[in-house]
Amino acid sequence: MSELNLLKSLDYSVLQQCMHCGMCLPTCPTYDETKFERSSPRGRIRLMREVADGRLGVTSTFAEEMSYCLGCLACQTACPAGVDYATLLENARGEVERQHVVGGTARRLFRWSTLSFLFRRPRLLRAFGRAMWLYQRSGLQSGLRRLGVMKLLPKQLRLMEAMTPTVVVPFSNARIAPLETPKSPANYRVALLTGCVQDLLYGPINRATADVLLANGCEVVTPSVQFCCGSLHAHNGELKLARDLARRNLDLYDVDELDAIISNAGGCGSHLKKYAELLHADERYHARAGAWDRKVRDVSEWLVQIGCRVPATASSSDAQGRTIATTVTYDASCHLMHGQRVVAQPLALLQMIPGLRLVPLVESDWCCGSAGVYSITQPEQSAKLLARKLDHITATGASVLASGNPGCLLQLENGMRGDPRFAHVRVCHPVELLAEAYRRESGGYDG
Amino acid sequence: MTPTVAPLAEELAQQLGAERVLTAPEDLAVYAYDGTAALRQNPACVVFPLTTHEVAACVQIARRHRAPIVTRGSGTGLSGGSVPMEGALVVCLNRMDRIIELDPRNLTIEVEAGVVTQTIDEAAGKHGLFYPPDPGSRKISTIGGNVAENSGGLRGLKYGVTRDYVMGLEAVLASGEIVWLGNKCVKDVAGYNLRDLFIGSEGTLGIVTRVLLKLVPQPQSRMTMLASFASLEAAGDTVSDIIAAKIIPCTLEFLDQQTIRCVEDFTQVGLPTEAAAVLIMETDGHPLVVAEEAAAMAAIASARGAISVRTAADDVEANKLLTARRSAFSALARVRPTTILEDVTVPRSELAGMVAFIAASAAKHGLQIGTFGHMGDGNLHPTFLTDERNADEMHRVELSLGEIVDRTLAVGGTITGEHGVGLAKKPYLRQQLGDHSYQLLKLVKRALDPEGLLNPGKIFE
Ligand SMILES: Cc1cc2nc3c(=O)[nH]c(=O)nc-3n(C[C@H](O)[C@H](O)[C@H](O)COP(=O)(O)OP(=O)(O)OC[C@H]3O[C@@H](n4cnc5c(N)ncnc54)[C@H](O)[C@@H]3O)c2cc1C
Ligand code: SF4
Ligand code: SF4
Repeated sequence: MSELNLLKSLDYSVLQQCMHCGMCLPTCPTYDETKFERSSPRGRIRLMREVADGRLGVTSTFAEEMSYCLGCLACQTACPAGVDYATLLENARGEVERQHVVGGTARRLFRWSTLSFLFRRPRLLRAFGRAMWLYQRSGLQSGLRRLGVMKLLPKQLRLMEAMTPTVVVPFSNARIAPLETPKSPANYRVALLTGCVQDLLYGPINRATADVLLANGCEVVTPSVQFCCGSLHAHNGELKLARDLARRNLDLYDVDELDAIISNAGGCGSHLKKYAELLHADERYHARAGAWDRKVRDVSEWLVQIGCRVPATASSSDAQGRTIATTVTYDASCHLMHGQRVVAQPLALLQMIPGLRLVPLVESDWCCGSAGVYSITQPEQSAKLLARKLDHITATGASVLASGNPGCLLQLENGMRGDPRFAHVRVCHPVELLAEAYRRESGGYDG
Repeated sequence: MTPTVAPLAEELAQQLGAERVLTAPEDLAVYAYDGTAALRQNPACVVFPLTTHEVAACVQIARRHRAPIVTRGSGTGLSGGSVPMEGALVVCLNRMDRIIELDPRNLTIEVEAGVVTQTIDEAAGKHGLFYPPDPGSRKISTIGGNVAENSGGLRGLKYGVTRDYVMGLEAVLASGEIVWLGNKCVKDVAGYNLRDLFIGSEGTLGIVTRVLLKLVPQPQSRMTMLASFASLEAAGDTVSDIIAAKIIPCTLEFLDQQTIRCVEDFTQVGLPTEAAAVLIMETDGHPLVVAEEAAAMAAIASARGAISVRTAADDVEANKLLTARRSAFSALARVRPTTILEDVTVPRSELAGMVAFIAASAAKHGLQIGTFGHMGDGNLHPTFLTDERNADEMHRVELSLGEIVDRTLAVGGTITGEHGVGLAKKPYLRQQLGDHSYQLLKLVKRALDPEGLLNPGKIFE
């Protein structure tokens, strides 16, 4: 088994890159919580190196520590030495999975049903989503909750049930045609990746993304059935599944025909830009993956790059006479900010919207605790981070919170639900606000 | 592991509670290092006291079990000071992080040893005051570590180093006794100045648990400039000329081309990557004086052939430049697997010659060296970019290092300006001090720690 060890086979220079200066420690939420070195980036990298050097086995403590890491990559932004923490963590988690260090039937079942099954089958995922929608609409959900049936399930599933987000139908394939062309002649041709969570829960964000792209002279290609990008798989150590999904995605598009491949989910985008690395050993796909990586853009990144059109100033009230001068604050998605280094662009988009006042959010660069499936795998730490985030949001007094990743939106909405401080706070994606501003230009109702 | 480990940990756990005593292999492995390259030794046990009395209890328990004690702050030290020895108990103070009192009438602040340096400055800032010593690691280094190493920083030229701000400290001695040395008085000659003995003692004489620090009023204004040069000597000469012109700016920091490129790669603040060297210069104080000094420094730089002198437009830009400088050391690690940093310091009149000597030595031995440093203090950080797994190259590094040390001592310099001797500079200390001074150090150590309990093997054998 040892000759296959992912950490051992990793290029040693990636591990050696960390010169243990400690400059990343104050940016790490888990170190901030425990003050134990092993919960710090520097400590985790050292543990990985111990495994690579054969001084430490892949123990359950090692596995625990890799799971406790948020994968928020704040350490990667802070690191002057250029350590590629994302790759290190993926391989460390991959090794944990490969050696089956952590067991538990409920965990296996959950991982299997989501990572191996649903997220790899787009049609099924949508069917599942539709079932969830019915379940929620029919009142079955609250009925079961009241009856306490859910207590019978293992703890994690119970938690998941409580967090089950409200699925929003119709899904993206019903909202966006496979090919949409702008009114003015198209300057660019782009593909729109609708994402899994985004597709199920935030269909309107995908519509808004298509709208702002159209408003900026882009022809938008949106295949009606898309595959998961594989980020959840890669971030959780399922590298084989992640490679499989990457190949399917590459097969779906003719990359040469596209100017850009647009993602509107920070977590997906961060992974989508690294297909070449993921498929480095795949002779057939490697070159195509490189071309793909160069074209993937977060929607805000792309719009700023092509010189996003400033929406014309509309009157200060909409068709219904509601005033639209709004205070907005922005919470950076970790994978957008630290993973993709897209920092200024979402703010730039928000700033160009007439009638919108942007107020800074303290610790906007600090994880909200969503972190992929972290809220399920590490509910306690996730809740602490969420509470900290919500306090900062309250302090801004903003009535709109914008963020560029569905996982974060979901986490924040869950946290705000039932909390009177947020009774009138709207949670949305920056492109939704921009799309609404364009709609107001033409005097349309922006519902 | 030594056989005494289990009872040691057990007794500590009884005193402090098991959750603050670590012995798992995964925990020990991550206290085996500090910021110094190529050093690694696991301790036997790590403990996290919360009060001075708990520290004293730890010392007594360790003494009974004959376990050497290594005090640790955040482990950013650059001479191996907090790297354990076999069987050691690491006493980690990062949780003793309370600010005890800020006294705006006496301009002092009293803090526990584990408080992070930048936190102290921020607390002072709320009262219009500031704490000047700002090591590059200040966002994570602890004040205890700063005191133990007598750390300097970017503002050292005008404001001095940690020692200049320590008015008093509390320490736990090797015997387990607790002492307070110093007070809030500006003047005090009652007895020997023992407080100063502990500053820069690298955890070998006692464990510092509390520190009383002097604060100073924030300057009214400041101006930050970036001057770039086509040669190393021109930058060195500029610094010497500024000092000779009797200007004492707050900051005179130097980066050579290798460092500029690495830092720019990380920060993208717009450093000139084609320049042979840059100086980051800052003056602070009364606005009129600041303007005058800035103009004079710019003129001196130009007279020495500076390619350009750029003035930061506002505080945001100024802070970006200083932050870029602070990342210099870690950014150099982008180039090669191992980054070995030196800390030689020379009288400022010798700077230009020293910089040229370092470059020549690198060329002679076929080595890559990036040099940066607190030029205004005469403190240079020639940094070898190398690979510890390449024995031949490591041998050449040693030769070059020896030459640099010889040259430093020949011109009246010191082997370490601010990082301490620790393990890394130990081989050169006797050469610098001479036999009698060296023996005197050992005499002091024996008087305070006869059993050799505290950080044994650091500074000297
Ligand atoms: C990127 C980077 C930049 C740096 N820049 C500078 C700089 O500009 N100037 C500078 O001077 N240094 C600099 N340093 C070196 C280092 O940060 C300082 O020496 C700092 O003071 C160490 O603090 P620490 O809390 O990390 O101490 P540690 O590394 O944990 O310990 C350092 C030494 O102090 C002892 N010690 C720690 N706490 C105590 C205590 N409470 N009582 C007694 N002994 C104790 C330890 O035993 C050890 O010998 C830099 C380091 C890095 C990584
Ligand atoms: S990850 Fe980067 S910042 Fe953190 S200790 Fe390693 S080199 Fe330093
Ligand atoms: S990814 Fe986030 S939680 Fe994990 S080590 Fe880095 S900063 Fe800490």
